Amino acid sequence: MAKVVAVTGNEAVANALRQVNPDVCGIYPITPQTDMMQRYASFISNGKVDTEAILVESEHSSMSACIGASAAGGRVVTATSSQGLALMWEMLHIASGDRLPIIMPVVNRALSAPLNIHGDHSDAMGARDTGWIQIWSENGQEAYDNTIQAFRIGEHMDIRLPVMVCMDGFIISHSIERLEYLEDAAVKDFVGPFKNLFPLLDLEKPKSYGPLILTDLYHEYKRAQHEVMMKVKDVVLDVAKDFEKLSGRKYGLFEAYRLEDADIAVVILNSAAGTTKDVVDELRDKGVKAGLLKPRLFRPFPYEEMAEALKNTKAVCVMDRSDSFGGYGPLFMEVSSALYQMKNRPALINKIYGLGGRDYLPSHGEMVFNELAEIAAGGKIRACKEYIGVRE
Amino acid sequence: MKQKGWRDLPPGSVVLEGGSAAKFKTGSWRAFRPVWIEENCIQCLFCWIYCPDMAVKVKDGKRAEFDYDFCKGCGICALECPGKKGKKAIEMAEEGK
Repeated sequence: MAKVVAVTGNEAVANALRQVNPDVCGIYPITPQTDMMQRYASFISNGKVDTEAILVESEHSSMSACIGASAAGGRVVTATSSQGLALMWEMLHIASGDRLPIIMPVVNRALSAPLNIHGDHSDAMGARDTGWIQIWSENGQEAYDNTIQAFRIGEHMDIRLPVMVCMDGFIISHSIERLEYLEDAAVKDFVGPFKNLFPLLDLEKPKSYGPLILTDLYHEYKRAQHEVMMKVKDVVLDVAKDFEKLSGRKYGLFEAYRLEDADIAVVILNSAAGTTKDVVDELRDKGVKAGLLKPRLFRPFPYEEMAEALKNTKAVCVMDRSDSFGGYGPLFMEVSSALYQMKNRPALINKIYGLGGRDYLPSHGEMVFNELAEIAAGGKIRACKEYIGVRE
Repeated sequence: MKQKGWRDLPPGSVVLEGGSAAKFKTGSWRAFRPVWIEENCIQCLFCWIYCPDMAVKVKDGKRAEFDYDFCKGCGICALECPGKKGKKAIEMAEEGK
């Protein structure tokens, strides 16, 4: 029996971690994630889990400790945000290169400067090329569900890769929502016992992690790393199928919302997708064929599937809550690459919205759909990349 | 030896055997080589203790030759060597001279 609760996103994810009861957790505070690890530390103190907490002096150390614990043969978690994720950067590559299935909720927050603690996707987008699997979540329920599924995905014997589970800072991490918890035993059973691949603590079989590999073999290692990423999509779908049997909640590589017959569509990540779905519903009531695509798996990116889902649209706007200054938004670049492979592709525009937690309002969504309707009717694209909700 | 293709690699950059450093000879890095002068040696084995690698060999409890396959020529042994009556038992000589 599922339990219906009213909790914040941080609380929900902390509970997912409690239900999994990992061996080791690297802990370092950073807003807006702090509250998640604080709650987890309470679970440890109150004997609800037997996780060994490693309190560290920085996120670089936290990821380093996690890498050591994971290589030793433990099931390992940590969580971070923003500058913390940025400080982990070099270690993130080591976790993925050594194929260590560390699970890390990332509570998305803007990057300095200027200093800002609010929700935007600059942190995780900056880590998109680190070789980690990235799963994005619209709300607390999805963050909870994705965290549980992340263990099965990352720890799969054909995959063995670290996973980031992303959710929006404050908007989701600190807002109370209705959501459904699974039974502790059901989660334990779903995730299963941790299986080791090459544990350092298996003293009968000595081994070394992270040797020096130069021009003779490095290229081959990176080629192999790409190959394993290409297997992730199938595992994500298999795990989602099992999860649906358990929870009744359906997950895919992305969510297509009223997209099947849509002429115009928005591609948008995380919490703002919820707002945009309301706008889609209002437009549908008025007879406008509007739709939405919300990516879930961002790394590896499901290019073919996304192109297929958008193939019948006439105009699409990709909305980014992060920026590549002097370039397009990171999500736009991916969707653009996906669509270019098609002969008949929709017109494509990019809007940057909501940086540093700036409110994204239904009126912004309406504005975008109105522009898409004009483009779909043969209107000219006035600018490929524009900022919305910005004061002139 | 046939070089491995990307499909032949174990997951992750993991070396699945112990002691494999012995297969990678690092002596070629050396610019100065330590030379053992046996008549000045008091068998204190400081050189053996101080060597950061395992390049000072000991046989039957006595100082033996250097292992030049792994000695990188750091010179710590020569510095620490107390020698006999002010004469060092290890001196550094430039390679190739």
